[in-house]
Amino acid sequence: MKTAAAAIADNPWLAQRARIARVTPEVPGVATYHLRLVDAQRHAQYAFQPGQFNMLYLPGVGEVAISLSAGAEQQGTWDHTIRAAGSVTRALAQLPVGAELGLRGPYGAGWPLTECAGRDVIVVAGGLGLAPLRPAIHALLAEPKRWGRIHLLLGARTADSLLYPGERSAWERSGLAAQTTVDRATPDWTGNVGVVPLLVDRLAGFDPARAIMFICGPEVMMRYTIRSALKRGIAAERIWLSLERNMQCAVGLCGHCQFGPAFICQDGPVLRSDRIAPFLDVEGL
Amino acid sequence: MPPADSAASSRLPPQLLAKEDLQALLDALRRAGYRVVGPRLSQGAIVIDELTDIAELPRGWTDEQVAGQYRLQRRPDEAYFGYNVGPHSWKQFLFPPQATVAAAERTAEGWELRTVDDQQPPYAFLGARACDLAAIAVQDRTFIHAQYADPIYRRRRAEAFIVAVDCGQAASTCFCASMNTGPACRQGFDLLLTELAGAFLFEVGTPRGAALAAGLPLRPADEAALAEAAAVRQQAVAQVSKQLDTTDIRQVLLGSLEHPRWSQVAERCLSCTNCTMVCPTCFCSSVREVGDLSGEHVERQREWDSCFNVDFSYLSGGIVRNQIRARYRQWLTHKLASWIDQFDVSGCVGCGRCITWCPVGIDLTEEVAAIREEPA
Repeated sequence: MKTAAAAIADNPWLAQRARIARVTPEVPGVATYHLRLVDAQRHAQYAFQPGQFNMLYLPGVGEVAISLSAGAEQQGTWDHTIRAAGSVTRALAQLPVGAELGLRGPYGAGWPLTECAGRDVIVVAGGLGLAPLRPAIHALLAEPKRWGRIHLLLGARTADSLLYPGERSAWERSGLAAQTTVDRATPDWTGNVGVVPLLVDRLAGFDPARAIMFICGPEVMMRYTIRSALKRGIAAERIWLSLERNMQCAVGLCGHCQFGPAFICQDGPVLRSDRIAPFLDVEGL
Repeated sequence: MPPADSAASSRLPPQLLAKEDLQALLDALRRAGYRVVGPRLSQGAIVIDELTDIAELPRGWTDEQVAGQYRLQRRPDEAYFGYNVGPHSWKQFLFPPQATVAAAERTAEGWELRTVDDQQPPYAFLGARACDLAAIAVQDRTFIHAQYADPIYRRRRAEAFIVAVDCGQAASTCFCASMNTGPACRQGFDLLLTELAGAFLFEVGTPRGAALAAGLPLRPADEAALAEAAAVRQQAVAQVSKQLDTTDIRQVLLGSLEHPRWSQVAERCLSCTNCTMVCPTCFCSSVREVGDLSGEHVERQREWDSCFNVDFSYLSGGIVRNQIRARYRQWLTHKLASWIDQFDVSGCVGCGRCITWCPVGIDLTEEVAAIREEPA
C-alpha cells in the first residue's frame, strides 16, 4: 500500500479521502457539496485553476467528474455544485454531512484568466454551466483593476433554476453586470425570456476588439453563443468554452473523453473555440 | 523505460543459433526469471501464451488470412515461425485485459483508499514481429507520457525482454510497408531472430540482449547465412501487397467527417468491437466497481473497452455516438488521423488484424481509399 505524496504522482488511480463538511441546497435537484480533505495538510495545500475538475469517488458506486465551483478562499472548503442525475450523483445526494468519499484531482485546463488582463470579460452560462465559471468570477472580482468590464449572461429553463441568486447580487454590488433570461416564464417573472445567445446579440457596454468570452452550458447553447459572439465581432481565439464528455481516468489514458483530436480531460475541459471549430458542429463526434 | 533504440552501430555482428538450440534460448530466458510467452496453437489459431518448451511452438504451421477469414494450414517445411500475426498481440501482456487498479476498505471513519500493485513477474516475448514492435512503441506514447503514466504498463514494459522474429512471408492483410513499420525489424528488440533453413540468424539489439546471448551456443554467421537471411526478408517485402496511402491522411479524414462513406460502412459494420480487441494499439478501457456482498471491500477493475460499444460515449445528456456511423468514424479517424495530433504518430502499424478478424471483412484500407476517391 502506498500513501506517500510520491504515490499520487506515481499512480493516477490513488484517491484522497474527503469529507462532506456542509451541503448547501441550490436550485431544485442541485446542491453544493463543501468538501474538506481528511488530511489537514493536504486540505491546506490543495490548489486548482478555475475551470478544472475533480474525480469524486463513491466506493462501490463509481466516479464522476465534477468541476470545482469555489475554492477554499471562499468558505474554507473545496466546493462542487452537482445535479443529482446519474448513479454516482444520486448516491452522493443521499450521503449525510460528515460522510467520506474519494477525490482525485484537480485535472484539466482551466479558464485562461491571464488572457483577461485589460479586456472586457463576458461570462456566458446556461443552467448548471455557471458552476465551473463561478471560481473564475471569484478570481475576476478579487482583482477588478486588472480587467475591463465584467459581464455575466445567465440563462436557465425557469427562474427558480437560475443558480446562486444571493451571490449574484453580491457580485453585482462588486461591479459585475449581470443579465438573466429564462426559457419559460412564470407569472411572477418580469425579466428576459428566450435563449442566452439573444443576450449576446443585444449586449451593450463592451469593446468587441478587446473582449474575451467564457462559455459553459449545454452544447447547443454554446454553439449558438459562439455564433452570436462572432457576429458581434469577438475573435474566435478569444472565445473559450468548457466541454463535457464521459471521463473515467481523467489523465488521458482511458480514451473515453475524446473529441476530435482533444482529450477533454487533459486538453480541456476549457478549450479555445477556434481550435475545435471544425468539430463543434459535427453530430455524434 | 523502454529499451534504448538498438542503433545498428551498437550491434554486435550477426551470429547463428542452431534450430535445436532455440530451447537453450528459452531456457536462458526462464532461468533469468522471465515468464516466456510466444506463439502457440489454440482453437484453430496461432495465439500468444506461455511457453516452456519449443515443441509448443506451431512448428510446420502457417496461416492464411484474408478479410474476415483466418485458416491454419500445414507448411511443406518444419519452420518454427512460418506465419504472420494472429488474433493476439503483446498488448494483452503489457496492458492486461483486466486489472485491479485501486481498492477501498470501509473503516470506522469512512474509507481507506489505496492503489493495488501489479504482481506479474517480468515477461519475455518470443516471436514479436516488426509491426508488433511498432505497436509497442505506439503504446509507449499513450501509456508513458510526460504528465501521467499507467503504472502497470510502465512497470511491465520496462521489464519485458523482447525476442523479435523477422517475417519471411506476408499475409494478404499485411500493409506494414505503407505504415513504414516493417516487414524488417529495425529497433525495439533485445534479440532478433531470422529463421533460415538450417538455423536462426541471431542479432543483438541491447546490452540486456547481449548479456543473455553470452550464455548461448552461438557461432559466427558466414556470408551464405547473411545472404539467406536477406533473401528471407526480401521474400516478405515482395509479398506485402496491400497498401494504404497515408499522404495527408490526417487532413483527408478529418476533412471528411460528413462523407457518405461513413453511412455505407455502417451498413456492414456490426459494431462488434473485434477490430479494437485485436488491434495492438487500441487502448480504451473502463473501470467498474466490484464490491463484496457486505460492501465493505471494493475493488476498481479496469477492463478493455471499445469505442464501438454504445455506452462508451455515455454522458448524462445521452449517448454521444449513438449511431454505428459515428462509432466507425470515431475509430477510423482516431486511428489514422487524430492519433497523430495526440501522439505525433499514426495509431495504425499495418498489421492487418482488424481486417482479418472483422466478421464482415471490412478493410480499413478500402474505406480510406473510398474516402480519398470522392472527397466529401
